Amino acid sequence: MSGHIVSPKLYYGIFAALLVLTAATTGAARFDLGPMNVVIALAIAGCKALLVALFFMHVRYSKPLVWVAAASGLLWLAIMLALTLTDYYSREWFPAPRGW
Amino acid sequence: MSDPRVSEARGALAHHFDDLEQQHDAATLGMWVFLVTEIMFFGGLFLGYTVYRWKYPHIFADASRHLDTTIGAVNTAVLLASSLTMALAVHAAQTSRRRALVGLLLATMLLGSVFLGVKAYEYRDKYVHHLVPGVDFVYEPGARPQLQIFFLFYFFMTGMHALHMVIGIGLLGVIAALAWRGRYGADYYNPVEVTGLYWHFVDIVWIFLFPLLYLIGAHL
Amino acid sequence: MSTAVTETPAPPLESREHYLNVHYGVKSWLLTTDHKRIALLYLVTITLFFFVGGAFAVLMRLELMTPRGDLVQAETYNKLFTMHGLIMVFFFLIPSIPAVLGNFLVPMMIGARDLAFPKLNLLSWYIFVAGGTLALVSAISGGVDTGWTFYTPYSSTYSNTHVIVMGLGVFIAGFSSILTGLNFIVTIHTMRAPGLTWFRLPLFIWSTYATSLIIILGTPVLAITIVLLALERLLRVGIFDPALGGDPILFQHMFWFYSHPAVYIMILPGMGVISELVTAFSRKRVFGYSFVAFASLAIAVLGFLVWGHHMFVSSQSVYAGLVFSVLSFMVAIPSAVKVFNWTATLYRGSISYQTPMLYAFGFIGLFTLGGLTGLFLASLAIDVHVTDTYFVVAHFHYIMVGGMVMAYLGGIHYWWPKISGRMYPEVWARFSALVIFAGFNLTFFPQFILGYLGMPRRYWAYPEEFQVLNVMSTAGASILGLGYLIPMIYLVWSMRYGRPAPDNPWRATGLEWTTPSPPPTENFDAPPIVTEEAYTYSKEEPELV
Repeated sequence: MSGHIVSPKLYYGIFAALLVLTAATTGAARFDLGPMNVVIALAIAGCKALLVALFFMHVRYSKPLVWVAAASGLLWLAIMLALTLTDYYSREWFPAPRGW
Repeated sequence: MSDPRVSEARGALAHHFDDLEQQHDAATLGMWVFLVTEIMFFGGLFLGYTVYRWKYPHIFADASRHLDTTIGAVNTAVLLASSLTMALAVHAAQTSRRRALVGLLLATMLLGSVFLGVKAYEYRDKYVHHLVPGVDFVYEPGARPQLQIFFLFYFFMTGMHALHMVIGIGLLGVIAALAWRGRYGADYYNPVEVTGLYWHFVDIVWIFLFPLLYLIGAHL
Repeated sequence: MSTAVTETPAPPLESREHYLNVHYGVKSWLLTTDHKRIALLYLVTITLFFFVGGAFAVLMRLELMTPRGDLVQAETYNKLFTMHGLIMVFFFLIPSIPAVLGNFLVPMMIGARDLAFPKLNLLSWYIFVAGGTLALVSAISGGVDTGWTFYTPYSSTYSNTHVIVMGLGVFIAGFSSILTGLNFIVTIHTMRAPGLTWFRLPLFIWSTYATSLIIILGTPVLAITIVLLALERLLRVGIFDPALGGDPILFQHMFWFYSHPAVYIMILPGMGVISELVTAFSRKRVFGYSFVAFASLAIAVLGFLVWGHHMFVSSQSVYAGLVFSVLSFMVAIPSAVKVFNWTATLYRGSISYQTPMLYAFGFIGLFTLGGLTGLFLASLAIDVHVTDTYFVVAHFHYIMVGGMVMAYLGGIHYWWPKISGRMYPEVWARFSALVIFAGFNLTFFPQFILGYLGMPRRYWAYPEEFQVLNVMSTAGASILGLGYLIPMIYLVWSMRYGRPAPDNPWRATGLEWTTPSPPPTENFDAPPIVTEEAYTYSKEEPELV
């Protein structure tokens, strides 16, 4: 049966990176960077998630179909968020005319 | 190399599959498809969170300061460690090391339980401070009504996450018991792998929950 | 073994072992993991729900015969249309073709012995029964009156009906749907017979695959939405609560994110059936096979981008409405592509008018009408006038009943010989197909006019001038109901007294027709090897009589 065996050393390395990133995001939150706070937080979270997915979940070593499945889930979440936000974002653009 | 008679003896190949590789591919793809449904399930909560944080950024920041960032960070580390032990457990199964496999599965369960214990402590703390919507919520002087929306999301999202962890610990228990009986080895370890996928996914959800719930407004 | 078409003589049913007689007894059915038996379990269950949903419709149409509300009270009428919608959508239409025909045919069409996860398949049925039971409990306890759409804040705060129980029933049934979709996706990816590449698959498989994608990506959002609704009712406070600064429209976004793609869950499998019927009964390969295959995927993807067209007048931003309107026009395109391709398949084909083909013709005409009226609704300016009127009701019934239910019946008839080993009585079958077609149009065409003239939906009383059209609609409904009863009688009758069916009564292509009727439990003695495209009909084939 096929199955890629990843060396434990790599796992320890990824774990260390994850801890560093956790410390980084906690630390970065203490500074007021305006809108960049949430961007940085999400970027770091995205990196952590990517490390877990690629190495702990073996996506790096998996068939393209697995990549497509994982990517589709994320894409659909993005679609749901983006299209819904078009409503909330644009509601203020067009205040109701007087007399309504 | 793997001896097909061993896997046959383990009763590993289901009758409707042609060979173990097909079975392995099917099970792995099946778990990934299930995880896609989980992305969309949690996604609904993330959608609601995004809408309300966008609408009420300052109230959300205010509310987030009621959460203890240090506890959250430490708990995050605990959960990440459980993902490490889970990945190592899969490795142990792949290299037919039964004792290591069982030990690492139990370690994962233990770390998961520690995480849940810390969450229980946090929940109790919120209860004591009258911050549980629908149960004992009391607004502090000057607080806006939307404060409750933040806490609704806090409890719904971490609660749903915790529920998934409880299920995961249960699954790990079953796998650990079967592993103890020698069910898994280099020729057949798919169930361990697939449980690992589920566990790592639950970890990823927390990786996003931590900054979104705990780290807003931490700079003030 | 290639997919060449042969007519083999029918061996006596009782002397051969097949999936129906291999084990007897209730336990052998309730604990089966055979996809074919599970398909039949679903068939029985969803037929039951069809009756329940139909009963609510009967009461509604009786009330609507007279302009005043005089049969039931207004609150009761609210419960009637709510329960009719909920039962028909979640417990009949969504499972129908996938759970019955999909479960039966997917492994057979790809040359497999079963689905990827047979035990999960059985669990899926039990979960469906559990959800359905809760729905019936809710109905018997007095039902729900929120409309099948459960809009907040009425459903979360003000309604005094059994919302949580019903919501739980729908939530649970959703998991049944998810597991079925999961099973299909994995099966189609990993268990195709040697030589069966994606572009040699029957189009029913493409449609089923596309449907499964929608199920996987959409249903979980409905699940979480129902959970949030239930929690808001239980806690008396929630994220949709305006008193907290919550937005009831967020509920609508989340609800329709699933429920619009849900209508494609309901129609795509029907389209898959129609592709099979049109090719078999014109003895001609489907025109533009790859276009039809890609159109299925396109419908699945685009279907997720249009949900806001249910919310044009909800206080959703006009700009978002614009975006959703444009996308809604685009989603019509792949459906139109399919209709063109079916029509082109018919052109210069050797057409025969067996019952399944009559249903296929009905589908093509009625679905097209329903689909075109969808374009009216996609247009913002028109929608403002006809939204929440009978125009919308007629639109979706043309697609779901004129389209989907006809495709379901066409498919049931087409594969009935394979499923039961018996032929149905052709004369009665054609008669009831025509009765259904006539009854359907009499029921729902007047509703287009009623809606355009301004009669709102979900109203229990209406102005006098609408009575004639309403009476026509009710008359049509009684004919339609009769039309549905007849097949139920003769199909059951045929299981005992029908003519034993040959392996391939239609001389159609497809791996399912290479097995005996009914098939053995394992479907195939040896995995078939596929060397040809689908639908290899040749011009020299004699016509089917």
